[in-house]
Amino acid sequence: MSMSGGRALNPVRWLGVPMALCMLATVLFAAPIRIWGLQLPEPVFAMVPAFAWAMIRPSILAPFGLLVLGLFLDIFWGGPTGLWGLSLLVAYAMVLILRNAMTGQSRPMMWAWFAGVTGITMIAGFLFTMLDSLAMPSLLAVFWQFLVTALLFPFAHRLVDRFEDADVRFR
Amino acid sequence: MPFREGPLGDLKVPLTWTAAVALIVAAVIAVAFLLADRRETLQEQAYGVTRQTVDVVSRPVSGAIAAPGRWTGLGLDFVRSYFFTASENRRLKTELAEMRQWRDRALDLQDQNERFKSLLGLRTDPPIPMASARVVADSRGPFANTRLADAGSERGIEVGNPVLNERGLVGRVVGVAGGVSRVLLLTDIASRTPVMIDRTNARAILTGDGGPNPKLEYLRGVDPIQQGDRVVTSGDGGVVPRGLPVGAAVKGLDGRWRVVLFADQSSIDYIRILLFKDFAQLADEKQLEAKTLPPVTTEDPQTSILSTPSPAPKPAVTTTATPPAATTATPPAATQAKPAAPKPAAPKPAAPKPATATPAPTGAPR
Repeated sequence: MSMSGGRALNPVRWLGVPMALCMLATVLFAAPIRIWGLQLPEPVFAMVPAFAWAMIRPSILAPFGLLVLGLFLDIFWGGPTGLWGLSLLVAYAMVLILRNAMTGQSRPMMWAWFAGVTGITMIAGFLFTMLDSLAMPSLLAVFWQFLVTALLFPFAHRLVDRFEDADVRFR
Repeated sequence: MPFREGPLGDLKVPLTWTAAVALIVAAVIAVAFLLADRRETLQEQAYGVTRQTVDVVSRPVSGAIAAPGRWTGLGLDFVRSYFFTASENRRLKTELAEMRQWRDRALDLQDQNERFKSLLGLRTDPPIPMASARVVADSRGPFANTRLADAGSERGIEVGNPVLNERGLVGRVVGVAGGVSRVLLLTDIASRTPVMIDRTNARAILTGDGGPNPKLEYLRGVDPIQQGDRVVTSGDGGVVPRGLPVGAAVKGLDGRWRVVLFADQSSIDYIRILLFKDFAQLADEKQLEAKTLPPVTTEDPQTSILSTPSPAPKPAVTTTATPPAATTATPPAATQAKPAAPKPAAPKPAAPKPATATPAPTGAPR
């Protein structure tokens, strides 16, 4: 765990860098690679900062960072604009409300929380899509994306661990 | 004076509350974006400048990322072909023997088809020009199924053009920019394609839901579909040309009819974009704009209804036919009124009359 001394945490470090990494990972996993008929999975990498940013500290910039990230996902994936922005903000709000209950729990328990929040986000995305397109998305496809996204918890854990105590004002 | 030393220096706003306010503002913006989105209309105007710019930037980036994967795939193919040459040779020989029979059958049918066409005077659609492209990025999630192709407006591609690979229909173009175009796949939740069952001509709408097998909705008719039936585009509505192969029908676990897409049987690395806008482009506009219209000839109701028809030329030998039969005795009129003509009671006249003018000996009047 790094200690930044008495300096305030630079938003570029805990907001900007994870956001850029998420975008990069999304672009990487959008490569049209098919090996023996199997394609790459498509996890929602933006769930990692949506969970970790709310766990690290409440912030004014984080929701707007998530909005930008969500808009990027929508435009890059070709989905309805605002869908992922809204879904990620639902996840952020949930973690912000429940962060007192989550803080300090064991790693497996935190993984379960991450999976739960991811599930709620996917359900939110499902409902928003239903309202926007007036059609029901495939539940199996939603479940598959939930599964591969829930596996990203180690990255979220690493991000929380890295910046949780980085700013002395929030100890 | 620094802020902290001023009168508001002691004012402390809870960070959680300020974060909550920021969250609400961001959520409102997101909702506004979602409400303003017109993606499902699949219109050219709905694909904004932002999307076009992101696509243009994404093309070289995604192209560079996809290149190693493509090379790896090519390398794997090479290794596989090296090790499995003998078995593949045997398989290809068997396939070739089978295909030869199909070739003969196809040539026979083609010949027959050409003759029927010339007999009926059918006008077939001219070939539609195509543009080939490579897929550089794709999204496979439940809420968006699109692909980015590296050919755009400079190749004549327009919004609405159908997209195929070597096996079948892939989707349609929903956004075009310079050097890049966005393809909405048949599996996307916003995708609706008019299709028909090849065997029965039953119509349906192929509806994507984000899964690998789109649904067949609004299927009409009695027993219109069976497992394994071939599904092709119907051409209804003029969105896509008729007869493009789509897939095979299967019954899903939910009891609904779905389609296993032919396009999924091969990698969608390379695609062909049909430069098809609508059926108007298939017609010869010069012919349609002909100045001289054919003359309009209509019957004069005074003569056809009210006046007595002119007497028909009688046959050489007088028959015992009834007056109505006598009025329809002229060859053309007799041909038209053939079902209504009563059977002659007397022996057939010896007059050299065309065979079509005489009622069939066994045919009873209807």
